Amino acid sequence: MTGAPPLIAFAHVGKSFDGGRGAKPVLAVNDVSLDVAEGELLAIVGGSGSGKTTLLRLASRLIEADSGSITIEGADVRAVDPVQLRRRIGYVFQSGGLFPHMSVADNIGITPKLLGMPAAEIASRVDELLDLVRLDRTQHRDRLPQELSGGQRQRVGVARALAARPKIVLMDEPFGALDPLTRDALGDDFRDLHKKLGLTTVMITHDMTEAILLADRVAVMRAGRLLALGTPAQLSNSDDPYVGELLRTPRRQAERLNVLLPKGGPA
Amino acid sequence: MSLFSDPRWSEALGHLPDYLGNHVRVSVTALALGLLVSLPLAIFSRNRPVTRGALLGLASIVQTVPGLALLALFYPLLLALAALSLSWFGVGFSAFGFLPAVLALALYSMLPVLRNTITGLQGVEPAILEAAQGVGMTERQSLTMVELPLALPVMMAGIRTAAVWVIGTATLSTPIGQTSLGNYIFAGLQTQNWVFVLFGCLAAAVLALAVDQLLALIETGLRQRSRLGVAFGGVGIAVLVAATLMPAVTRSQSTYIVGAKTFAEQYVLSALIAQRLRAAGLSASSREGLGSNVIFDALASGDIDVYVDYSGTLWANQFHHSDIKPREELLDELKATLAAQKITMLGGLGFEAIYSDDFILILLCGYHYRACETARLCSLVKSKD
Repeated sequence: MTGAPPLIAFAHVGKSFDGGRGAKPVLAVNDVSLDVAEGELLAIVGGSGSGKTTLLRLASRLIEADSGSITIEGADVRAVDPVQLRRRIGYVFQSGGLFPHMSVADNIGITPKLLGMPAAEIASRVDELLDLVRLDRTQHRDRLPQELSGGQRQRVGVARALAARPKIVLMDEPFGALDPLTRDALGDDFRDLHKKLGLTTVMITHDMTEAILLADRVAVMRAGRLLALGTPAQLSNSDDPYVGELLRTPRRQAERLNVLLPKGGPA
Repeated sequence: MSLFSDPRWSEALGHLPDYLGNHVRVSVTALALGLLVSLPLAIFSRNRPVTRGALLGLASIVQTVPGLALLALFYPLLLALAALSLSWFGVGFSAFGFLPAVLALALYSMLPVLRNTITGLQGVEPAILEAAQGVGMTERQSLTMVELPLALPVMMAGIRTAAVWVIGTATLSTPIGQTSLGNYIFAGLQTQNWVFVLFGCLAAAVLALAVDQLLALIETGLRQRSRLGVAFGGVGIAVLVAATLMPAVTRSQSTYIVGAKTFAEQYVLSALIAQRLRAAGLSASSREGLGSNVIFDALASGDIDVYVDYSGTLWANQFHHSDIKPREELLDELKATLAAQKITMLGGLGFEAIYSDDFILILLCGYHYRACETARLCSLVKSKD
C-alpha cells in the first residue's frame, strides 16, 4: 500500500452488546485496528457473529463504539454530526433495505432529497444512476421494490448508496441472497463502478471466493477479532488455521469442479 | 296500514335535521379531539415501554366503563370544574350537553387509535428503520417519511374503528342534554314508538357507514399517494360538518327550555308545557330524555328552565332523606330546600303515582332569570287547565 493517509481508520475499536437479562455482555468487536486506503476495495470475511456487520455500523455511527477511535477522511466520527456523516457515506444494506412504500426513483433519490437537491436535478440524477447500475429507466423508475427481482432490488440498493456521490461506500453482504449468476454479474458490475467512480469501498461477505475475486485486500474476522489482513496472496501465507481453512475451501471446490466438469465443455 | 305509511315516519323525518346535525357535530368534534390527543401520545410513547403500558392500560380501563355511565360521569365532573373556574377565574361554562358529551366520547375514541398507532409503528421492520437512519434521515424524517407511511393502514383501521364507536356511542349523549340521534331511541323506547327506535338506529348506522367510507377514501388516497382521493374524503367530511352547521346558524335560540326525563309522562308533560309557553308568544323548546342525575343540576345551573319532578325522588334521591313524612309537611320542607337553591316549586300537578303515596308530580321552575321573567314563566306554566 502507498503512504497516502487512510480514508477510513479503525484504531483499537471495541464494542460489546448487552447479552440480555442476566447474561454476560457479548464482545462483538474486540480491539480491531484497520486502515482502508483511498480507492481501495476491502472485503471483510467472517462467519455469523464474527462482528463484521458491527464494524460497518460503527463506521457510519449507526451504533457507537465503546472504546478506540474511528476516523473517516481524517476526522474522528464522534466529532461530526452522525446524520451529516451518513449522508456522505453510501450504505448498501443486506437484502436491499429499500423502503417498501417508495418507488424505485424515490428510493434512489432519497439522500439527495434529504440534502435539499431540487426535484428536477434529483430526477435526472436518478436516471443517470439507473443507467449506471444497468436498470432500464422507463421500465423500473416508478415500480415499487416488491415488484422487482432480488438482483434488481440490490442494483437499486447500490444506486441509492451512490446517489449523493459519496467517496465511501459501505456494503453489508450486498449480494448474499442472490442466485450465483446474478451474484457474479452484480459483483463484476460493482467492481467496475468502484473503479470508474474512484470509490473507497468496504464490503462485508461470508463468501471467501467472492472476497478474493472482487477485493484488493481481504480482512478475516472471527469472534470480534481481526485475524488477518492482506491481499489474497499475502493471506495465503498466513499461519492462522482458520484463515487457512477459509482459503482451502474455495480451492478444494475449484479442484473438485475441475474434475467433475470435463474441460473444453460449454462451461 | 303498511309499515311505511305510518305517519310516525314523517314525524321522525321532521326531527332529522336537528338530531342528525347535533349528532354529527358532537361525534366529529369528539373524534377530532380524540385524534389530536391520541396520535401525539402514541408517537411519543412508541419507544417508551413504561409510558406505553400505562397509556394503553388507562385507555382499556376507560373502555370497560359502559358508555352511558362514562357520559353521565362527565356531567358532575364538569359541573364541579365549572364552579371552580367561576370562583377562581370569574369565567364559567356550561357543563351540560355538548361539552361533557365531546369529552367523554373523545376519551372513548382513544383506545383504538392509541393501540393501532403503537402497533403499526412497532410493526415497521428494524432493517427498514436502520436503512432510514443509514441514508441520513433524522429521527423526525424517519418518522414522517418512513414509519408513519408504513404504519398508516393499521393506524387508519384504528381511526375508523374509533369513528364507528364514537358515532354509535354518541346516541347515549341524549341523557346528558346533548341532542343526538339517541333522542329517537330514548323517546321511542319510553313511548313504545318502535318507528322512532328503528329510525334512530338506522340513521346512526348510515352515518357511521358514511363516515367510515369517507375515511377509507382518505386512507386509499394516502396509500396511493393520490391527492385526489385524500381531497375527496376530506371534502366529504368537511361537507358533512358544514351541512350540519347550517341549521345551527339559521335556527333561533329558544328563550325557554323545558326539560324532560326519560319517562313516558315526562315526554307528554314537557310537550304540553312548551306548547303553553309558545301559545303565550314565547319561544320554547323541550330537551328530552335527560338522565335523572343530570336534570336537577341542569335546572339549578340554568341549562334548562323548567321541568317536572317527583316529590319522593327529590326527597330520597336528591336530598338523601330516609325518613318518611306526611305529604304536606314533606312538600313544605322541599319547597324551602329548593328555594335555598333558587328553585321555585310551583306545586303539584294533580297527578299521583298510585303505587306510592309519597310520589306526586311537582313542577319545578328555575330562578336564574330576572325576577319578573321568572314570575312570568312560572305563572304561564302554572296557569294550567
